[in-house]
Amino acid sequence: MANAREIQRRIRSVASMGQITRAMEMVAAVKMRRAQQRVTSSRPYSEQLRQIMADLATQQLDPDQLAQFPLLQKRPIQNIELIVVSPDRGLTGALNTNILRRATRFILEEAESPVRIIPIGKKARDYFVKTKQNVIAEFVGIGDDVTLDTVRTIADIAIDDFASGTVDAVYVVYSRFVNTLVQRPEVMQILPVEPAEAHEGYADYIFEPTPEAVLNELLPRYVEVQLYQAILDGLASEFSARMVAMRSASDNAKEIVHDLTLSRNKARQAQITQEVSEIAAGANAMAG
Amino acid sequence: MAGKLNVQIVTGERVVFEENDVDMVVAPGGAGMLGILPEHAPLITTLSLGELRIKKGSVEQSILVYGGFMEVAEDKVLVLADSAERAEELDIERAEAARRRAEASIASRESTMELQEAQAALRRANLRLRVGQKRGSRRGGPSGSGPTPAAPG
Repeated sequence: MANAREIQRRIRSVASMGQITRAMEMVAAVKMRRAQQRVTSSRPYSEQLRQIMADLATQQLDPDQLAQFPLLQKRPIQNIELIVVSPDRGLTGALNTNILRRATRFILEEAESPVRIIPIGKKARDYFVKTKQNVIAEFVGIGDDVTLDTVRTIADIAIDDFASGTVDAVYVVYSRFVNTLVQRPEVMQILPVEPAEAHEGYADYIFEPTPEAVLNELLPRYVEVQLYQAILDGLASEFSARMVAMRSASDNAKEIVHDLTLSRNKARQAQITQEVSEIAAGANAMAG
Repeated sequence: MAGKLNVQIVTGERVVFEENDVDMVVAPGGAGMLGILPEHAPLITTLSLGELRIKKGSVEQSILVYGGFMEVAEDKVLVLADSAERAEELDIERAEAARRRAEASIASRESTMELQEAQAALRRANLRLRVGQKRGSRRGGPSGSGPTPAAPG
Protein backbone atom coordinates (compact mmCIF):
# COMPACT_ATOMS: atom_id res chain seq x y z
CA MET A 1 0.00 0.00 0.00
CA ALA A 2 1.14 3.50 -0.84
CA ASN A 3 2.30 5.53 2.08
CA ALA A 4 0.09 8.04 3.81
CA ARG A 5 1.88 11.06 2.44
CA GLU A 6 1.44 10.01 -1.17
CA ILE A 7 -2.24 9.35 -0.66
CA GLN A 8 -2.60 12.73 1.02
CA ARG A 9 -1.18 14.36 -2.10
CA ARG A 10 -3.68 12.59 -4.31
CA ILE A 11 -6.56 13.59 -2.07
CA ARG A 12 -5.56 17.20 -2.42
CA SER A 13 -5.36 17.05 -6.21
CA VAL A 14 -8.69 15.23 -6.59
CA ALA A 15 -10.36 17.65 -4.21
CA SER A 16 -9.17 20.65 -6.18
CA MET A 17 -10.37 19.07 -9.41
CA GLY A 18 -13.71 18.61 -7.71
CA GLN A 19 -13.77 22.31 -6.89
CA ILE A 20 -13.16 23.19 -10.52
CA THR A 21 -15.87 20.89 -11.86
CA ARG A 22 -18.23 22.23 -9.24
CA ALA A 23 -17.56 25.79 -10.37
CA MET A 24 -18.04 24.78 -14.02
CA GLU A 25 -21.31 23.15 -13.10
CA MET A 26 -22.62 26.33 -11.55
CA VAL A 27 -21.47 28.52 -14.43
CA ALA A 28 -23.16 26.15 -16.89
CA ALA A 29 -26.37 26.25 -14.84
CA VAL A 30 -26.52 30.03 -15.03
CA LYS A 31 -25.74 30.10 -18.73
CA MET A 32 -28.32 27.43 -19.41
CA ARG A 33 -31.00 29.49 -17.74
CA ARG A 34 -30.05 32.52 -19.81
CA ALA A 35 -30.10 30.56 -23.04
CA GLN A 36 -33.52 29.19 -22.18
CA GLN A 37 -34.81 32.67 -21.52
CA ARG A 38 -33.54 33.83 -24.87
CA VAL A 39 -35.30 30.97 -26.61
CA THR A 40 -38.51 31.97 -24.88
CA SER A 41 -38.17 35.65 -25.70
CA SER A 42 -37.65 34.99 -29.39
CA ARG A 43 -40.84 32.93 -29.63
CA PRO A 44 -43.41 35.74 -29.99
CA TYR A 45 -41.56 36.98 -33.06
CA SER A 46 -41.32 33.64 -34.82
CA GLU A 47 -44.89 32.69 -33.93
CA GLN A 48 -46.26 35.88 -35.43
CA LEU A 49 -44.14 35.57 -38.53
CA ARG A 50 -45.41 32.05 -38.98
CA GLN A 51 -49.00 33.22 -38.69
CA ILE A 52 -48.70 36.09 -41.11
CA MET A 53 -46.91 33.82 -43.53
CA ALA A 54 -49.57 31.14 -43.25
CA ASP A 55 -52.28 33.68 -43.89
CA LEU A 56 -50.48 35.07 -46.91
CA ALA A 57 -49.64 31.70 -48.37
CA THR A 58 -53.01 30.05 -47.97
CA GLN A 59 -55.50 32.88 -48.31
CA GLN A 60 -54.06 35.86 -50.08
CA LEU A 61 -52.06 34.31 -52.85
CA ASP A 62 -52.86 31.44 -55.17
CA PRO A 63 -50.39 28.65 -55.99
CA ASP A 64 -49.31 30.32 -59.24
CA GLN A 65 -48.32 33.46 -57.43
CA LEU A 66 -46.62 31.50 -54.69
CA ALA A 67 -44.49 29.71 -57.24
CA GLN A 68 -42.89 33.07 -58.02
CA PHE A 69 -41.17 33.19 -54.66
CA PRO A 70 -37.70 31.70 -54.82
CA LEU A 71 -37.69 30.66 -51.19
CA LEU A 72 -40.89 28.65 -51.54
CA GLN A 73 -39.89 26.76 -54.66
CA LYS A 74 -39.91 23.00 -54.42
CA ARG A 75 -37.52 21.52 -56.92
CA PRO A 76 -36.30 17.99 -57.52
CA ILE A 77 -33.48 17.63 -55.05
CA GLN A 78 -30.05 17.33 -56.57
CA ASN A 79 -27.91 19.11 -54.02
CA ILE A 80 -28.41 19.57 -50.31
CA GLU A 81 -26.92 22.01 -47.87
CA LEU A 82 -26.62 20.98 -44.25
CA ILE A 83 -25.96 23.40 -41.41
CA VAL A 84 -24.63 21.56 -38.38
CA VAL A 85 -24.90 23.43 -35.08
CA SER A 86 -22.48 22.18 -32.44
CA PRO A 87 -20.76 23.62 -29.37
CA ASP A 88 -17.30 25.12 -29.59
CA ARG A 89 -16.13 23.29 -26.52
CA GLY A 90 -16.19 19.82 -25.10
CA LEU A 91 -16.90 18.56 -21.58
CA THR A 92 -20.51 18.07 -22.54
CA GLY A 93 -20.87 14.34 -22.10
CA ALA A 94 -22.26 12.61 -25.17
CA LEU A 95 -23.77 15.75 -26.70
CA ASN A 96 -21.18 16.35 -29.42
CA THR A 97 -21.07 12.72 -30.42
CA ASN A 98 -24.82 12.58 -30.66
CA ILE A 99 -25.05 15.66 -32.86
CA LEU A 100 -22.31 14.49 -35.18
CA ARG A 101 -23.69 10.98 -35.36
CA ARG A 102 -27.10 12.35 -36.31
CA ALA A 103 -25.54 14.54 -38.99
CA THR A 104 -23.54 11.62 -40.35
CA ARG A 105 -26.62 9.43 -40.49
CA PHE A 106 -28.39 12.15 -42.44
CA ILE A 107 -25.52 12.49 -44.89
CA LEU A 108 -24.97 8.78 -45.43
CA GLU A 109 -28.45 7.35 -45.22
CA GLU A 110 -31.23 9.90 -45.47
CA ALA A 111 -29.91 12.33 -48.02
CA GLU A 112 -30.07 10.96 -51.52
CA SER A 113 -27.96 13.70 -53.06
CA PRO A 114 -24.55 15.21 -52.45
CA VAL A 115 -24.43 17.26 -49.25
CA ARG A 116 -22.54 20.50 -48.72
CA ILE A 117 -21.86 21.30 -45.11
CA ILE A 118 -21.75 24.52 -43.13
CA PRO A 119 -20.54 23.71 -39.62
CA ILE A 120 -21.29 26.15 -36.82
CA GLY A 121 -19.11 25.50 -33.79
CA LYS A 122 -15.62 24.14 -33.45
CA LYS A 123 -16.59 20.56 -32.74
CA ALA A 124 -18.56 20.18 -35.97
CA ARG A 125 -15.91 22.01 -37.98
CA ASP A 126 -13.11 19.76 -36.71
CA TYR A 127 -15.11 16.63 -37.36
CA PHE A 128 -16.18 17.44 -40.91
CA VAL A 129 -12.78 18.75 -41.90
CA LYS A 130 -11.13 15.64 -40.49
CA THR A 131 -13.53 13.30 -42.29
CA LYS A 132 -12.97 15.29 -45.50
CA GLN A 133 -16.55 16.26 -46.14
CA ASN A 134 -17.53 19.04 -48.48
CA VAL A 135 -17.33 22.01 -46.10
CA ILE A 136 -18.19 25.25 -47.89
CA ALA A 137 -18.10 27.72 -45.01
CA GLU A 138 -17.52 27.53 -41.30
CA PHE A 139 -18.46 29.57 -38.28
CA VAL A 140 -16.41 29.00 -35.20
CA GLY A 141 -16.52 30.89 -31.93
CA ILE A 142 -19.79 32.73 -32.46
CA GLY A 143 -20.00 32.72 -28.68
CA ASP A 144 -22.59 32.38 -25.96
CA ASP A 145 -24.15 35.75 -26.69
CA VAL A 146 -24.89 35.11 -30.34
CA THR A 147 -27.03 37.85 -31.85
CA LEU A 148 -29.59 37.70 -34.59
CA ASP A 149 -27.26 39.85 -36.66
CA THR A 150 -24.56 37.18 -36.62
CA VAL A 151 -27.07 34.50 -37.51
CA ARG A 152 -28.31 36.63 -40.40
CA THR A 153 -24.89 36.38 -42.03
CA ILE A 154 -25.02 32.60 -41.85
CA ALA A 155 -28.63 32.35 -42.98
CA ASP A 156 -27.84 34.62 -45.93
CA ILE A 157 -25.38 32.07 -47.28
CA ALA A 158 -28.03 29.38 -47.23
CA ILE A 159 -30.63 31.72 -48.72
CA ASP A 160 -28.30 32.78 -51.53
CA ASP A 161 -27.33 29.20 -52.32
CA PHE A 162 -30.94 28.15 -52.40
CA ALA A 163 -32.21 31.10 -54.40
CA SER A 164 -29.44 30.75 -56.96
CA GLY A 165 -30.22 27.06 -57.43
CA THR A 166 -26.87 25.84 -56.14
CA VAL A 167 -28.75 23.67 -53.68
CA ASP A 168 -32.36 22.53 -53.67
CA ALA A 169 -32.92 22.09 -49.96
CA VAL A 170 -31.32 23.32 -46.76
CA TYR A 171 -31.45 21.41 -43.50
CA VAL A 172 -30.20 22.17 -40.02
CA VAL A 173 -28.94 19.59 -37.56
CA TYR A 174 -29.02 20.90 -34.03
CA SER A 175 -29.54 19.70 -30.52
CA ARG A 176 -33.04 20.34 -29.29
CA PHE A 177 -33.29 21.22 -25.63
CA VAL A 178 -36.04 19.00 -24.19
CA ASN A 179 -35.10 19.34 -20.54
CA THR A 180 -32.01 19.44 -18.39
CA LEU A 181 -31.37 15.74 -18.80
CA VAL A 182 -32.57 15.22 -22.35
CA GLN A 183 -31.17 16.91 -25.44
CA ARG A 184 -32.27 15.38 -28.70
CA PRO A 185 -30.37 15.90 -31.95
CA GLU A 186 -32.83 16.84 -34.67
CA VAL A 187 -32.90 17.56 -38.36
CA MET A 188 -35.03 20.50 -39.48
CA GLN A 189 -35.71 21.67 -43.00
CA ILE A 190 -35.46 25.44 -43.35
CA LEU A 191 -35.54 25.77 -47.14
CA PRO A 192 -37.72 25.64 -49.11
CA VAL A 193 -39.98 27.29 -46.56
CA GLU A 194 -43.11 25.31 -45.80
CA PRO A 195 -45.90 27.69 -44.81
CA ALA A 196 -48.07 26.45 -41.98
CA GLU A 197 -51.84 26.15 -42.23
CA ALA A 198 -53.65 29.40 -41.56
CA HIS A 199 -55.74 29.40 -38.44
CA GLU A 200 -59.44 30.15 -38.53
CA GLY A 201 -60.99 33.56 -38.16
CA TYR A 202 -58.23 35.57 -39.70
CA ALA A 203 -59.58 38.86 -40.98
CA ASP A 204 -59.15 40.16 -44.49
CA TYR A 205 -56.07 42.25 -44.28
CA ILE A 206 -54.98 45.25 -46.23
CA PHE A 207 -51.42 44.65 -47.37
CA GLU A 208 -49.04 47.47 -47.89
CA PRO A 209 -47.44 47.84 -50.32
CA THR A 210 -48.68 44.46 -51.68
CA PRO A 211 -49.05 40.94 -50.32
CA GLU A 212 -46.15 39.88 -52.53
CA ALA A 213 -43.86 42.57 -51.17
CA VAL A 214 -44.71 41.61 -47.60
CA LEU A 215 -44.10 37.93 -48.22
CA ASN A 216 -40.88 38.69 -50.00
CA GLU A 217 -39.54 40.51 -46.95
CA LEU A 218 -40.94 37.98 -44.59
CA LEU A 219 -39.52 34.75 -45.95
CA PRO A 220 -35.84 35.47 -45.31
CA ARG A 221 -36.68 36.76 -41.82
CA TYR A 222 -38.42 33.51 -41.10
CA VAL A 223 -35.44 31.45 -42.22
CA GLU A 224 -33.15 33.61 -40.10
CA VAL A 225 -35.19 33.32 -36.96
CA GLN A 226 -35.52 29.57 -37.35
CA LEU A 227 -31.77 29.20 -37.55
CA TYR A 228 -31.36 31.61 -34.65
CA GLN A 229 -33.66 29.54 -32.50
CA ALA A 230 -31.86 26.34 -33.47
CA ILE A 231 -28.59 27.92 -32.34
CA LEU A 232 -30.12 29.08 -29.05
CA ASP A 233 -31.56 25.62 -28.48
CA GLY A 234 -28.10 24.25 -29.16
CA LEU A 235 -26.64 26.61 -26.56
CA ALA A 236 -29.19 25.61 -23.96
CA SER A 237 -28.41 21.95 -24.73
CA GLU A 238 -24.68 22.55 -24.49
CA PHE A 239 -24.93 24.16 -21.09
CA SER A 240 -27.33 21.65 -19.65
CA ALA A 241 -25.20 18.76 -20.93
CA ARG A 242 -22.13 20.38 -19.43
CA MET A 243 -23.92 21.01 -16.17
CA VAL A 244 -24.90 17.35 -15.89
CA ALA A 245 -21.45 16.12 -16.92
CA MET A 246 -19.78 18.41 -14.41
CA ARG A 247 -22.15 17.41 -11.67
CA SER A 248 -21.29 13.74 -12.10
CA ALA A 249 -17.60 14.65 -12.25
CA SER A 250 -17.96 16.51 -8.95
CA ASP A 251 -19.77 13.53 -7.43
CA ASN A 252 -17.05 11.19 -8.62
CA ALA A 253 -14.39 13.43 -7.17
CA LYS A 254 -16.19 13.41 -3.84
CA GLU A 255 -16.36 9.64 -3.88
CA ILE A 256 -12.70 9.26 -4.74
CA VAL A 257 -11.73 11.67 -1.96
CA HIS A 258 -13.78 9.56 0.43
CA ASP A 259 -12.14 6.30 -0.65
CA LEU A 260 -8.69 7.82 -0.58
CA THR A 261 -9.27 9.22 2.88
CA LEU A 262 -10.12 5.73 4.08
CA SER A 263 -6.97 4.29 2.52
CA ARG A 264 -4.89 7.10 3.94
CA ASN A 265 -6.21 6.47 7.45
CA LYS A 266 -5.58 2.78 7.05
CA ALA A 267 -2.05 3.40 5.85
CA ARG A 268 -1.40 5.75 8.74
CA GLN A 269 -2.84 3.23 11.18
CA ALA A 270 -0.67 0.49 9.74
CA GLN A 271 2.38 2.66 10.06
CA ILE A 272 1.63 3.45 13.70
CA THR A 273 0.98 -0.20 14.47
CA GLN A 274 4.23 -1.12 12.87
CA GLU A 275 6.15 1.49 14.82
CA VAL A 276 4.55 0.42 18.09
CA SER A 277 5.33 -3.24 17.46
CA GLU A 278 8.89 -2.36 16.55
CA ILE A 279 9.30 -0.43 19.81
CA ALA A 280 7.68 -3.25 21.75
CA ALA A 281 9.92 -5.81 20.07
CA GLY A 282 12.95 -3.67 20.87
CA ALA A 283 11.90 -3.29 24.53
CA ASN A 284 11.31 -7.03 24.80
CA ALA A 285 14.72 -7.75 23.39
CA MET A 286 16.37 -5.41 25.90
CA ALA A 287 14.42 -6.89 28.79
CA GLY A 288 15.21 -10.43 27.59
CA MET B 1 -66.63 52.65 -25.80
CA ALA B 2 -63.90 54.49 -27.56
CA GLY B 3 -61.18 51.91 -28.08
CA LYS B 4 -57.56 52.11 -27.19
CA LEU B 5 -54.70 50.30 -28.78
CA ASN B 6 -52.60 47.54 -27.42
CA VAL B 7 -49.08 47.91 -28.77
CA GLN B 8 -46.38 45.30 -28.80
CA ILE B 9 -42.99 45.62 -30.43
CA VAL B 10 -40.92 42.48 -30.69
CA THR B 11 -37.68 41.56 -32.39
CA GLY B 12 -36.23 38.14 -32.90
CA GLU B 13 -34.31 38.62 -29.69
CA ARG B 14 -36.67 40.24 -27.23
CA VAL B 15 -39.89 42.09 -26.55
CA VAL B 16 -38.86 45.72 -26.80
CA PHE B 17 -42.08 47.41 -25.86
CA GLU B 18 -45.54 46.44 -24.69
CA GLU B 19 -48.30 48.72 -23.52
CA ASN B 20 -52.08 49.04 -23.35
CA ASP B 21 -54.39 52.05 -23.65
CA VAL B 22 -52.44 53.72 -26.41
CA ASP B 23 -54.20 56.45 -28.39
CA MET B 24 -52.21 56.54 -31.57
CA VAL B 25 -49.25 54.96 -33.30
CA VAL B 26 -47.32 56.64 -36.08
CA ALA B 27 -45.15 54.20 -37.98
CA PRO B 28 -42.63 54.41 -40.83
CA GLY B 29 -44.41 52.09 -43.28
CA GLY B 30 -42.72 50.72 -46.34
CA ALA B 31 -45.00 52.94 -48.44
CA GLY B 32 -44.74 56.06 -46.30
CA MET B 33 -45.54 57.17 -42.77
CA LEU B 34 -48.84 55.96 -41.48
CA GLY B 35 -50.88 56.69 -38.41
CA ILE B 36 -52.89 54.03 -36.65
CA LEU B 37 -55.88 54.99 -34.53
CA PRO B 38 -58.22 52.65 -32.68
CA GLU B 39 -60.60 50.69 -34.93
CA HIS B 40 -58.22 50.73 -37.82
CA ALA B 41 -58.94 48.19 -40.54
CA PRO B 42 -56.81 45.05 -40.38
CA LEU B 43 -53.50 45.79 -42.00
CA ILE B 44 -50.15 44.20 -42.60
CA THR B 45 -47.36 46.40 -43.85
CA THR B 46 -43.64 46.37 -44.20
CA LEU B 47 -41.72 48.93 -42.19
CA SER B 48 -38.73 50.90 -43.27
CA LEU B 49 -36.04 52.37 -41.11
CA GLY B 50 -37.48 55.17 -39.01
CA GLU B 51 -39.00 56.43 -35.84
CA LEU B 52 -42.15 54.86 -34.50
CA ARG B 53 -44.11 57.17 -32.21
CA ILE B 54 -46.56 56.00 -29.62
CA LYS B 55 -49.04 58.49 -28.16
CA LYS B 56 -50.74 57.82 -24.90
CA GLY B 57 -52.61 60.81 -23.46
CA SER B 58 -50.17 63.69 -23.53
CA VAL B 59 -47.19 61.40 -23.42
CA GLU B 60 -45.34 60.44 -26.55
CA GLN B 61 -42.73 57.73 -26.67
CA SER B 62 -40.50 56.96 -29.53
CA ILE B 63 -38.93 53.74 -30.68
CA LEU B 64 -36.44 53.35 -33.47
CA VAL B 65 -37.20 50.50 -35.82
CA TYR B 66 -34.81 49.23 -38.44
CA GLY B 67 -37.15 47.56 -40.89
CA GLY B 68 -39.65 44.81 -40.28
CA PHE B 69 -43.41 44.36 -40.34
CA MET B 70 -46.45 45.72 -38.61
CA GLU B 71 -49.73 43.96 -38.16
CA VAL B 72 -52.86 45.79 -37.06
CA ALA B 73 -55.96 43.83 -36.13
CA GLU B 74 -58.74 44.37 -33.60
CA ASP B 75 -57.00 47.31 -31.95
CA LYS B 76 -53.82 45.36 -31.52
CA VAL B 77 -50.69 46.73 -33.10
CA LEU B 78 -47.93 44.23 -33.41
CA VAL B 79 -44.56 45.30 -34.72
CA LEU B 80 -42.11 42.63 -35.80
CA ALA B 81 -38.93 44.62 -36.16
CA ASP B 82 -35.64 43.38 -37.58
CA SER B 83 -34.12 45.38 -34.81
CA ALA B 84 -35.50 48.09 -32.54
CA GLU B 85 -34.49 50.25 -29.65
CA ARG B 86 -36.19 52.69 -27.36
CA ALA B 87 -35.19 56.30 -27.72
CA GLU B 88 -34.21 56.29 -24.04
CA GLU B 89 -31.65 53.58 -24.77
CA LEU B 90 -29.92 55.73 -27.35
CA ASP B 91 -26.31 56.63 -26.90
CA ILE B 92 -25.77 59.85 -28.82
CA GLU B 93 -22.01 59.73 -28.58
CA ARG B 94 -21.89 56.26 -29.99
CA ALA B 95 -24.23 57.23 -32.80
CA GLU B 96 -22.04 60.24 -33.55
CA ALA B 97 -18.97 58.02 -33.68
CA ALA B 98 -20.78 55.53 -35.89
CA ARG B 99 -21.75 58.31 -38.28
CA ARG B 100 -18.18 59.49 -38.57
CA ARG B 101 -17.00 55.95 -39.21
CA ALA B 102 -19.65 55.38 -41.85
CA GLU B 103 -18.87 58.67 -43.58
CA ALA B 104 -15.18 57.87 -43.58
CA SER B 105 -15.70 54.50 -45.20
CA ILE B 106 -18.09 55.96 -47.78
CA ALA B 107 -15.47 58.58 -48.58
CA SER B 108 -12.76 55.96 -48.98
CA ARG B 109 -15.01 54.16 -51.50
CA GLU B 110 -14.19 50.55 -50.99
CA SER B 111 -16.03 47.67 -52.62
CA THR B 112 -19.71 48.04 -53.51
CA MET B 113 -20.82 45.78 -50.74
CA GLU B 114 -18.91 47.70 -48.13
CA LEU B 115 -20.28 50.91 -49.59
CA GLN B 116 -23.83 49.67 -49.21
CA GLU B 117 -23.14 48.55 -45.69
CA ALA B 118 -21.61 51.87 -44.83
CA GLN B 119 -24.57 53.72 -46.32
CA ALA B 120 -26.96 51.62 -44.27
CA ALA B 121 -24.88 52.30 -41.17
CA LEU B 122 -24.96 56.01 -41.97
CA ARG B 123 -28.75 56.00 -42.28
CA ARG B 124 -29.05 54.26 -38.93
CA ALA B 125 -26.64 56.67 -37.27
CA ASN B 126 -28.45 59.69 -38.70
CA LEU B 127 -31.77 58.40 -37.48
CA ARG B 128 -30.37 57.82 -34.01
CA LEU B 129 -28.91 61.32 -33.92
CA ARG B 130 -32.08 62.96 -35.17
CA VAL B 131 -34.30 61.22 -32.65
CA GLY B 132 -31.75 61.52 -29.91
CA GLN B 133 -31.31 65.26 -30.38
CA LYS B 134 -35.04 65.86 -30.51
CA ARG B 135 -35.42 64.08 -27.22
CA GLY B 136 -32.42 65.82 -25.78
CA SER B 137 -33.85 69.27 -26.52
CA ARG B 138 -37.26 68.25 -25.30
CA ARG B 139 -35.78 67.07 -22.05
CA GLY B 140 -34.11 70.43 -21.52
CA GLY B 141 -37.15 72.41 -22.70
CA PRO B 142 -39.45 74.32 -20.33
CA SER B 143 -42.57 72.28 -21.07
CA GLY B 144 -40.75 69.01 -20.39
CA SER B 145 -43.46 66.79 -21.75
CA GLY B 146 -43.06 63.09 -21.48
CA PRO B 147 -41.36 60.98 -18.87
CA THR B 148 -37.74 60.79 -19.86
CA PRO B 149 -35.67 58.40 -17.80
CA ALA B 150 -32.07 59.46 -17.78
CA ALA B 151 -30.27 57.87 -20.66
CA PRO B 152 -27.64 55.43 -19.49
CA GLY B 153 -24.05 56.30 -20.24
